[in-house]
Formats: sequence, C-alpha cells, structure tokens
Amino acid sequence: MALLEVRGLEVTFPLRGAALTALRGVDFTLDAGERLGIVGESGAGKSMAAFAILNLISEPGRISAGEILFDGRDLARLSDNHMRAIRGNRIAMIFQDPMMTLNPVLTIGTQMVECLKAHQKIGEAEAKRRAIEKLREVAIPSPETRFDSYPHELSGGLRQRVVIAIALLLDPAIIIADEPTTALDVTIQAEIMGLMIALCENHNVGLILITHDIAVVSEITRRLIVMYAGRIVEAGPTAELIAAPRHPYTRGLLKALPQKNRPGGMLHQIPGTMPSLAAIPDGCAFHPRCEHADARCRRSVPALRDVGGRLVSCHHAERIS
Amino acid sequence: MSAVRAALQSNFVYRFLGDPVAMVSAGVLLLFVLGAALAPWIAPQNPYDPLQIDIMDSEIPPVWQAEGEARFVFGTDAQGRDMLSTILYGTGISLTIGVFAVLLQGLIGVTIGLISGYYGGRVDGFFMRLADIQLSFSTLMVAIIVLAVFQAAFGVGLYEELAIIMLILVIGIAEWPQYARTVRANVLAEKEKEYVDAARVIGLSRLRIMFRHILPNTLSPILVISTVQVANAIVAEAALSFLGLGMPVTKPSLGSLIRAGFEFIFSGTWWITIIPSIVLIVLILAINLLGDWLRDVLNPRLYKET
Repeated sequence: MALLEVRGLEVTFPLRGAALTALRGVDFTLDAGERLGIVGESGAGKSMAAFAILNLISEPGRISAGEILFDGRDLARLSDNHMRAIRGNRIAMIFQDPMMTLNPVLTIGTQMVECLKAHQKIGEAEAKRRAIEKLREVAIPSPETRFDSYPHELSGGLRQRVVIAIALLLDPAIIIADEPTTALDVTIQAEIMGLMIALCENHNVGLILITHDIAVVSEITRRLIVMYAGRIVEAGPTAELIAAPRHPYTRGLLKALPQKNRPGGMLHQIPGTMPSLAAIPDGCAFHPRCEHADARCRRSVPALRDVGGRLVSCHHAERIS
Repeated sequence: MSAVRAALQSNFVYRFLGDPVAMVSAGVLLLFVLGAALAPWIAPQNPYDPLQIDIMDSEIPPVWQAEGEARFVFGTDAQGRDMLSTILYGTGISLTIGVFAVLLQGLIGVTIGLISGYYGGRVDGFFMRLADIQLSFSTLMVAIIVLAVFQAAFGVGLYEELAIIMLILVIGIAEWPQYARTVRANVLAEKEKEYVDAARVIGLSRLRIMFRHILPNTLSPILVISTVQVANAIVAEAALSFLGLGMPVTKPSLGSLIRAGFEFIFSGTWWITIIPSIVLIVLILAINLLGDWLRDVLNPRLYKET
C-alpha cells in the first residue's frame, strides 16, 4: 500500500459569492522512499497541493473535497491538534528561500530544539545533542559553534542545509520540498540537491519535489506530475514523460528549456500566460495557448485517461508524440 | 567577558557614542533615576517624616537668593519641606508611576495586538473597535472620571493610601490601544513571512508561534513607543496631580509639587512651583530625545549617512 495517497483533492477559495477552485481532482500516490516530482508554471497549484497535504491552506481557502490518506488516516479531515503532531514530525516541508524560512531573531539551535520539543518529551541537553548530530549529518562544518549562530551569520547554502537538518530532525516519512534550490547560487544547487537525495535514501524518506525546473526533476525523480491551472495534465514515469511528452503543455515546458536550443537560435516559449483562477477558460484550460486546440477542446474538459502507461488529459493525446 | 566586548563593539553602542544628544539625554535620565533611587540616602531630609520638618522653615528661597539658607539648596515649600528632598522623592514617584503604567499598557496592548493581528477576522474587528472606543475618550477624561468617582465613593483617606496603584491602573488601562495598534500592524506584516509558514509546518502551536516567533520580531517598535509612552504617562500623572486627582500633597509627585506651589506663585515664592516644573520638563525632554534616537537606530530604513 502506498505511504501517501491523495484522491480527488479539491481546494476552493470562497470569494464574494463565487468559489475559486485552486485545485481540482488531484490524484497521486507516493510510496515509502519514493521520489516524485511536481512541475508547472507559477500559479499551477503546485505549492497549493503541498500545503493541502499538510492541511495548512490559509483562510478563507479550504479543502472542499477529496481525501489525503496517510498512515491510515485522512489528513483532510484531521483536527488541528492531531494534524500538528504530524507536521514536522511525520511530514516535513522545505521552502524555497532559506533567508526567509529561518526566524531571524532566534538562533539555529533554539529553532531546532523547539521543533524537537514540540513533538517529543525530551530534555534540553538531549535535544541539543540530537540537533548537533543532524547538523553534522547535513555536512555543516563545526556544528557545535553553528548551533549558537543566528541565520544571518550563515551563507545561503549553509542556511538551506540547516533547513534540511530541521526537516530531517524527527525522521519524517515524507519531505515536501517546494523549490528547494531556486533561491540558491547555481554552484550550490547541485550540492544541496545531491545532499537531499542522499539523505532521503539513507533514511528511506519519501520526497515530493515541487519545482518549475523540469531539468532538475528529470535527474532525480522516478515519477512526474505536470500541473496546469490547478489540475494534473500529465502524470507518469519521468523518463517516458520527458522522452515523449503526450500533453502539449508538457511539450511546451520541455521545448522552453534553453539547452534544447541551438546556439544563437530563438528561445522557444509557450504563447500566452497561465490563466488566473478567476478566469479559467471553458473546456480544456490550456486551449487558448495550445497549437492543437480545436472546437472540442474549447467545449469539453478532457478527462485524465490512461494513454500507453501514463495519464494524460488531452483530447489529442494519441496524435501528439 | 566576550559578551561584554561584543556589546561594546555593537552598532548600538557605536551609534550611541557618536551621538552627543543621545549621550546627554541618557546621562540626564540616569542622573534622575539614580537621584530618585538613592533619595533615602542622599536627600538632606525625609519629606515624609513630620519630625524632620519644621514649619518655621517654610518658604525659604533658594540658596542663591539673598535670604537663602545653605541647608535648603532649592529653598523650602509652604510646609517647611526641603525642595531638593521633595523633588528627589517626587521624581521617584513620577518615574515609578510612568514605568509601571507603561508595563501594564504593554502587557495588555501587546497581548491584544498579537491576538488581533494573528487571528484576524472577527477577533481583530472586535478588539480594534474596542481600541477605537477607548481612544475616543482621552486618557485624562477617563482618569478624571475614575479617580473622582473613587475619591467620592471611598473617601480621600483611602484614596491617598492607594493613589500610586490607582494612577498606575488608570493610566495603564487607558492607553493600551497605542500598543495594540502598533503591535497588530507589525504582526500583520510579519505573519505573511515565510518563517511563520515554516513554524506552522514544523507543527508549533499558535500560541508558540505568536509569542516565540512573531513577538521578538516586533520588539523594536515596541521599545520605541515604550519610551514615548513613559514620558506620556509621567505627563498624564502630573496633569492629574495638578488637577488634584493625582498624588496627595503628603506624598507628592512632581505634578503635585507644581500644584502645591502654584498657589504661591504671585506672592513671590516662585521656586516652589518653578523648580519642579523645570525638573519635569528636563525629564520628559530627556526621555523623548532618547526615544527619538532609539527609533533612528532601530529602524534600518532611517539610517542616515554618517
């Protein structure tokens, strides 16, 4: 049985009478120790899905349908107290910008000890010992001194290592990483990514990697979900999706990678922009930007269906390859 | 030792040493605080002890006047109390009321501000309307009503015993919206920051996030308004005392000293009212200048080019 199973997840924001649907019919599973990628442009609902798993959608938004099964419980319907025991403990999350995610006025040690104490009955000395052990595990030099440092005394790369150490502190079953390397220097990105993968493998932690960078995903995840306007448009094994995308949006994303271009050639782009939640077009949400769109695409929403071992939501999936 | 050295090298100390106004204000304030705290030992006379006061010494002018006596540097008041001693004791009373009233304001205001800003919605609406209502009554008006009713209901005798506590309570409660509004505004900005999301993702409780994570990030504006509020509270107390609703003449604050001397100002004994007034003005000025400086230092956006 899968470790985490998300079924028919729907998140809505009531707004002046109307309800904006930020996520619609999102299904996926994650096995223990598996690495899953979620890609899409800004506003596709990637981060929303991550917050929904932790049941942390900010007001007035809420999970309006679907279930999130984890450890035999439905997280979408768990009380806040029970949910708090899972956050940070069984499911941890890493954010994009390590400058922002650490509290600037508390030392790293304080923040780590606090996290441990929130979930376990544990003495100060023991908490400190375990925090330093984790700092050492993420290869932070001289962790004993770093324990008493403030976030601003560390470089971006070190800070993200601290954030990873905090995420791993309670040996979670799942880590959700929301663009964990986007804010970092390119030279450090690979290093941090490598560290995260190694740690996840050592501890058999399931990783959900949320990113807009399809190149990163292709290297480290086995399965991939592509999202557009709050829906899954294509999902399947990463290698296959990247070798032969069947949804025009996935194709567009891949073509837009600069390294796919000839030197000196024009960069490819997907025409238009992601629609706002308040104005999602009828039919297939992608049709105004799609080169294959026809009358049917404008009329009816394509269902997510199995096409040659993967899920695609496009009327023309068979024609595209 | 290293902590001391680090403190000495900090930007805070550096800026302090580079600013004569701040240094002089802090020096003056320190002088007042020390004078008030050490009053029982350094004051020539204990103005609360009737045995040390001789009515025959009344209305002696300050020492630099022709009829002045060396025993009484600032002269004496109508009851023969040494002005210097009463001012030293009175400054202590004024400062005590100012500081404790502000602590009370801070306690109420910061808690309400945090809850209001963090929870938002109806809770926020309720507390902020409450603050609006509170602010629409001026502090003095509330204080006059409460204190006058208390005096009428329980008699002046009991009032004189409880005067300090009553003044702290009234000024403390009347001014909480200042803190609540400032803190709320800062919480609204802070709670959108990612470290709050990160704290929620770690599974911390709301109370912990509010007091442990958000509160320390709003401390600098709290510090700045605290200095202004201490000055305001001292002035409010002085005004109440001047109106006869503050400290009794037997245990005078700076305000009640000014009032006590005011009756004699046209009969030529000006020192009873003028000297405490100057002390009050210098004290308030020192606190406010220090508060201004603190605001400049704690707000990085105001960094001047030096």
